[in-house]
Amino acid sequence: MSFIAPAETQEDLARRYKVILRRQTMRRFLRMRSFYVLLSLSLGLLILLKYVPIYGALIAFKDFNVTKGILGSPWNDFAHFRRLTADPFFLRVVWNTFWLSVLRIVFAFPAPVILALLLNEVRNTAYKRTIQSISYLPHFMSWVVLYGIFREILSSQRGVIGYLFTLVGLEPINWLTNVPTFRGLIVVTGIWQSVGWGTIVFLAALSSVDPELYESAEIDGAGRFAKAVRVTIPAMVPVIVILLLLQVSKVLDESFDQIFNLYNPLVYSVADVIDTYIYRSGIVEGQYGYTAAVGLFKNVAGLIIVLGVNEAIRRRSEFGLW
Amino acid sequence: MAVVKGRESIGSRLFDAGNYAFLLVLAVTFIYPFWTIILQAFSPPDALYRLGLHVWISDWRLEPWYYVFQEERVGLAYFNTIFRTVFGTLASLLVTFTGAYALSKRNLPFRAPITAVYLMTLFFSGGLIPFYLLIRGLGLINTRLVLILPLAINVFNIIIARNFLMTIDQAMEDSAVIDGAGYWRVLFRIMVPLSKPVIAVIALWNAVSYWNEWFQAMIFAPKKHLQVLQMMVREILLRDRLVDQVDNFMAQMLEDLGELGLARIPPESIQAATVLVTIGPIILLYPFVQKYFVKGVMLGSLKG
Repeated sequence: MSFIAPAETQEDLARRYKVILRRQTMRRFLRMRSFYVLLSLSLGLLILLKYVPIYGALIAFKDFNVTKGILGSPWNDFAHFRRLTADPFFLRVVWNTFWLSVLRIVFAFPAPVILALLLNEVRNTAYKRTIQSISYLPHFMSWVVLYGIFREILSSQRGVIGYLFTLVGLEPINWLTNVPTFRGLIVVTGIWQSVGWGTIVFLAALSSVDPELYESAEIDGAGRFAKAVRVTIPAMVPVIVILLLLQVSKVLDESFDQIFNLYNPLVYSVADVIDTYIYRSGIVEGQYGYTAAVGLFKNVAGLIIVLGVNEAIRRRSEFGLW
Repeated sequence: MAVVKGRESIGSRLFDAGNYAFLLVLAVTFIYPFWTIILQAFSPPDALYRLGLHVWISDWRLEPWYYVFQEERVGLAYFNTIFRTVFGTLASLLVTFTGAYALSKRNLPFRAPITAVYLMTLFFSGGLIPFYLLIRGLGLINTRLVLILPLAINVFNIIIARNFLMTIDQAMEDSAVIDGAGYWRVLFRIMVPLSKPVIAVIALWNAVSYWNEWFQAMIFAPKKHLQVLQMMVREILLRDRLVDQVDNFMAQMLEDLGELGLARIPPESIQAATVLVTIGPIILLYPFVQKYFVKGVMLGSLKG
């Protein structure tokens, strides 16, 4: 028995294929409905807690009035955004945020790379492990607690830093209220808190280095320094590049937790950042519409920077950040 | 790398000595601040009220601890924090694993767009103010639920768990389904036991973040009866934040304490004791669970 297919055009075939595919997807959708039930828990929370606030950001364009609600409040013709461009405090916090981020990229970013290199040279495993474990500890402390700890260390009346200053004949400084050194303090305490934890990814990258590379480098007459430069550092470079770009893309995200706990009105001029400003003017003072606009500016600019950075790498290499 | 001792150059050995010494000093700088807090919490009045490298006190006092343990709010804050940490960790595990399991199914229709909905939140958010207004609008201010709910969803953890679940052999599940197990049963009887390592990691991460979280507690649950440890510490520390330089705050605090019949306990000692009460559980558990945290970072760095 011979079967002759009806004359079908290419288009008919394609259409039929699509219909079948759609029917299959629907069938799979029904068969797998339990998975959507599982999914609904996190998806529901996600929509409620992450997407509804995005809709709520509409108040940045409105004269928000709680009783009228988001939709009922009248549009205000970008008044908040016009105010924003002329607000000296806004300009100050953007500058402070940017400048602190730059300082962190220059001084804090290399710290875990260097520490990972030094740890990598330690051949006594027990010693290395112990140092590592100790260095992770501050990562598990909140900045509330770390403020309590630093305040003792940094006090000009008690504590060790002031003592070390007097040893070399300097006047102890009230670090937490001293404007010229405050940014440095933020960067240094930030390094102290995160340098140990930051080494983990770099050490993980090093653990996958083929030992033969070191052996052949040795045969070629490389000493320890040469091996570190020629083998160890190149092994870390991909991780360094990715983390650096992530860091760069977060220039508008200063660590709120750290700054909010360490700063005080005396150092606002150098330490007030976008997020702390939003908190004070928005939640404390209740200027919801205006600070929503500040937040929206930050998030949109942040998104543009992330996408820009990702595009830049994608052009230069085959891999992107995601 | 087997290195023959005799062949090592002097420079290499000098570097080793310097490196070991440097790392030792570094380790001391990580520990010393915590040590001063311990000393502070047990110190007699004025003993540490001078500049110096404080390594030991001769006279260990328990008065600050009497004060701390007799304060009703310490017990309450402990209860609130433990309640939040236990139920928060459970809630976040449930949210994370149900979501991760569904998203790990390669043949789930609309999987890619749904995953994109999750991932987008990592790159854009509505900001603090709309979030605050939402929570307020939902009537969650000053409820126990608000200490748990917002932290329960963490997209980063969902992705990590999903990536892990995707490495589990599909055949395991299929055979269970053939044996008549439903999806929930597969999830709890097969998938959960198989993903113990990633569950341990995520549970620990969540527990630490619930324990340490203070900002949402500050803005969403300011009522005294909901105060968590972190906020209690913050309040006690801030009582003299700016007076710190004025130098007369000691007198002021001692006067305050005198009213409570507890004079001669330095406020710094009470502050240090509350700090220790707050970080105590973390420090005590840390040596045992530290390796899981590190494992988690490794899991997270794997590409899915």
